[in-house]
Amino acid sequence: MSVSDPGFARQVTLQIDERSIDVPEGSTILEACRALAVDTPTLCYLENLTPVNACRVCVVELEGSRTLVPACSRKVEGGMKIKTDSERVRTSRKMVLEFLGSSVDVSLVSDFSRQMQRYGSNPKRYGDAAKPALAGTRDGAVAGHHHASDGQTASTVAQPVKIDNELYVRDYSKCILCYKCVEACGTDAQNTFAIAVAGRGFDARISTEFAVELPDSACVYCGNCIGVCPTGALMFSSEYEMRDAGTWDENKQVSADTICSYCGVGCTLTVHAQDNKIVKVTSPADQDVTHGHLCIKGRFGWQFVQQRDPSVLDGLANGPVVLDDVEVPAPA
Amino acid sequence: MFGAGGGTNSYEEVEHTDLIVLWGSNARETHPIFFHHVLKGIHNGAKLYVIDPRRTASAQWADGWLGVNVGSDIALANAIAREILVDGLENRTFIDRATLNFEEYRKSVERYTLDYAQEITGVPAAAIRELAHAYARADRAMICWTLGITEHHNAVDSVVGIINLALLTGKVGRYGCGVNPLRGQNNVQGGGDMGAIPDRLAGFQSTADAAAREKFEKAWNCTISPERGKRLNEMFDAMEEGELTALYCIGENPVVSEADRHRAVRLLEGLEHMVVQDISLTQTARLASVVLPAAAGWVESDGTVTNSERRVQRVRKVIEPPGNARDDMWIVAQIAKRLGRDWGSPTAQDVWDEVRSLSPMHAGMSYERLEQLNGLRWPCPDENDPGALFLHGRLWADPVEGPKAPFHAVEYSAPLDAVDAQFPLLLTTGRRLDSYNSGVATGEYSSPLRRVEALEISPEEAARHGLSEGEIVAVSSRRGKVFVPVHIDRALREGLAFMTFHFDVPTNVLTLDTVDPKSGTAEFKATAIRIDKIGAGSLAAAGD
Repeated sequence: MSVSDPGFARQVTLQIDERSIDVPEGSTILEACRALAVDTPTLCYLENLTPVNACRVCVVELEGSRTLVPACSRKVEGGMKIKTDSERVRTSRKMVLEFLGSSVDVSLVSDFSRQMQRYGSNPKRYGDAAKPALAGTRDGAVAGHHHASDGQTASTVAQPVKIDNELYVRDYSKCILCYKCVEACGTDAQNTFAIAVAGRGFDARISTEFAVELPDSACVYCGNCIGVCPTGALMFSSEYEMRDAGTWDENKQVSADTICSYCGVGCTLTVHAQDNKIVKVTSPADQDVTHGHLCIKGRFGWQFVQQRDPSVLDGLANGPVVLDDVEVPAPA
Repeated sequence: MFGAGGGTNSYEEVEHTDLIVLWGSNARETHPIFFHHVLKGIHNGAKLYVIDPRRTASAQWADGWLGVNVGSDIALANAIAREILVDGLENRTFIDRATLNFEEYRKSVERYTLDYAQEITGVPAAAIRELAHAYARADRAMICWTLGITEHHNAVDSVVGIINLALLTGKVGRYGCGVNPLRGQNNVQGGGDMGAIPDRLAGFQSTADAAAREKFEKAWNCTISPERGKRLNEMFDAMEEGELTALYCIGENPVVSEADRHRAVRLLEGLEHMVVQDISLTQTARLASVVLPAAAGWVESDGTVTNSERRVQRVRKVIEPPGNARDDMWIVAQIAKRLGRDWGSPTAQDVWDEVRSLSPMHAGMSYERLEQLNGLRWPCPDENDPGALFLHGRLWADPVEGPKAPFHAVEYSAPLDAVDAQFPLLLTTGRRLDSYNSGVATGEYSSPLRRVEALEISPEEAARHGLSEGEIVAVSSRRGKVFVPVHIDRALREGLAFMTFHFDVPTNVLTLDTVDPKSGTAEFKATAIRIDKIGAGSLAAAGD
């Protein structure tokens, strides 16, 4: 673990793309890259989660290392010489992006298309997408029984959206298996362990125990999995329904940080609103009360704000309010 | 405690302490994100002990669960103290240097032997001994509590009993050591800090202190009474006596939240005039003469709240309040104007700057710093002060800075609503993960976890009464009766029942409104009840 006060940390000197940099001992290569403003793609990495090295898109070439190393988890060492834009790195990143792009709906992943362009990824070359799986078939896949593609069509994880509760949906056609949701549900935050990765290889998928529906699972609807999902595979029902209806418009949205009104812990809520209506609630990851994580009440319990009794709003509940001396002006 | 009404530690310290005691707190469900910090502590190697009559979701994470009998916490605390003393595990240096009244305290706990405590608390002597040793021997240890401690007729004594343990072992005033009430609402702490206590001004300055009064009187151009005002329970008593005839109720729903609901409703109905300022037509608002539509403070107005680690945090307006709903501050200023005081149209920041000018412990917390630093923990006396991570470090200065911390001897006394042959079960109340207080807010979202409100009892109790899951029963106390379905919960033991007050079931018809004379809090946690099968012919005997 790194020293909490960076002022006390020893400095480590390393080279990235032939530029020298000093960073605090315990930093990762990714942190060093970012300190030098080296554009490094990440998918499974998040500041408030333990790195799991699942996606491999951040790999860099380390002199003396047989394999490429994941920048997000590899700690810096003095004298390291790192290349972030070598042929090996570019090819590796290109393939990661290409495989994901051909098999997963990455339309909501921020920065994905720019990175594909940057590395020359062309998912189309694997052919047209195969037909989506029927509901539940991927959940029942047995290890070792996967059939190879016919070579003409691209295998995908496409399948119907799972809607089994009123708070959030699971659209596993968009799942890149980054493990972030599993981490947030597990030891990195919520410690509920309602989900894990089931299956092997291309059949691997995020699953509840025995693939039961969420209301029958251990899920406590903290929504911390949604908070860390980078692809929109896990989505608030409020957002899903608005996207479905074509009314979701981030250009019309405003957001600000406030404090949750439930209990006395004081969680920071980032409230996102569109047309003066709350559309979703998140929490900033760099904040030391929540570290980005909330409970069911904070994340989902805001509807009451938008379900006000008209008789109260009119000031007419139990008879009119007499404001005889002045007209009620609008607040400043 | 020791002059400042707030938890002594920050959440960060929970992650780096060696032992955590959750006493009368089911933080896993009631303070879920605080429990995230507890979980980090556990993953870092801390031991967790949970003291609760129910084997809660929090207890399931514990190294040790002490299934204490409802309301026997003082006996448990005193027995832990005695065991620490018997084995010489107290911190003599700290006691001698930083505390007062130790000898008197030592004598008072003498009679709380392990055997005696086991009899009263129902906790096996070995478990009491284990906790006593673990707590005393830990380098760092924190005790946190919630309403399981404070909703009793001897609430303040129970808190004092816990503080005594921290003093006895020197587990206060150091990083990762302290005593912490987990606040139930987002601004319980801030409300108290601002002087919403009958004898306090902002920053815990006493109304009995002439110099403090003078400072506020000068700033406000008014006279402040040195007399203590009324607590909520005393207001209800004053209604009973006809002394209090008008009530201005802001964002509170006493019809549902007060103990002995029948009495509360009768007294509120008897008022000559009641103004309710709220966001929705609560059960209390239905009784009001006038309902003033308020903005939802947390998202439709600007301001600050203060959390359980004393952190003052910015609340920001994201959306406009609908209809004629207005910011609480604006409504109050308008009412003041009609009462002959023109306060103008202050912004939240204007009001906060006034707080800073009058309350020394808030003086260093400019809006700019609150924004930059994601809030600050009091005390923060000037703009160069980083705020306090933990309190009472002064007790470790040599010599001790300021007054020493006194022990207070406290004695166990049984819950007031005693169980007997007619009311043989003890009902305790609490919250559930997905719901909150009287349900005004949480009732509006669709939680997949929510099921119909039920009386929870143990499998043994269900068998004894011949009850099955979901069966509707009559639950009676000495004050009233409600009809609810039964839910069988293995977390309970014989003789113990559990309910919340989140839903339509008027649970507080049953509870007793006798209060702790020192805090004014009712004993929500202990109500003697009986369960009757419907149609068993015994309903009349239950005393409708």
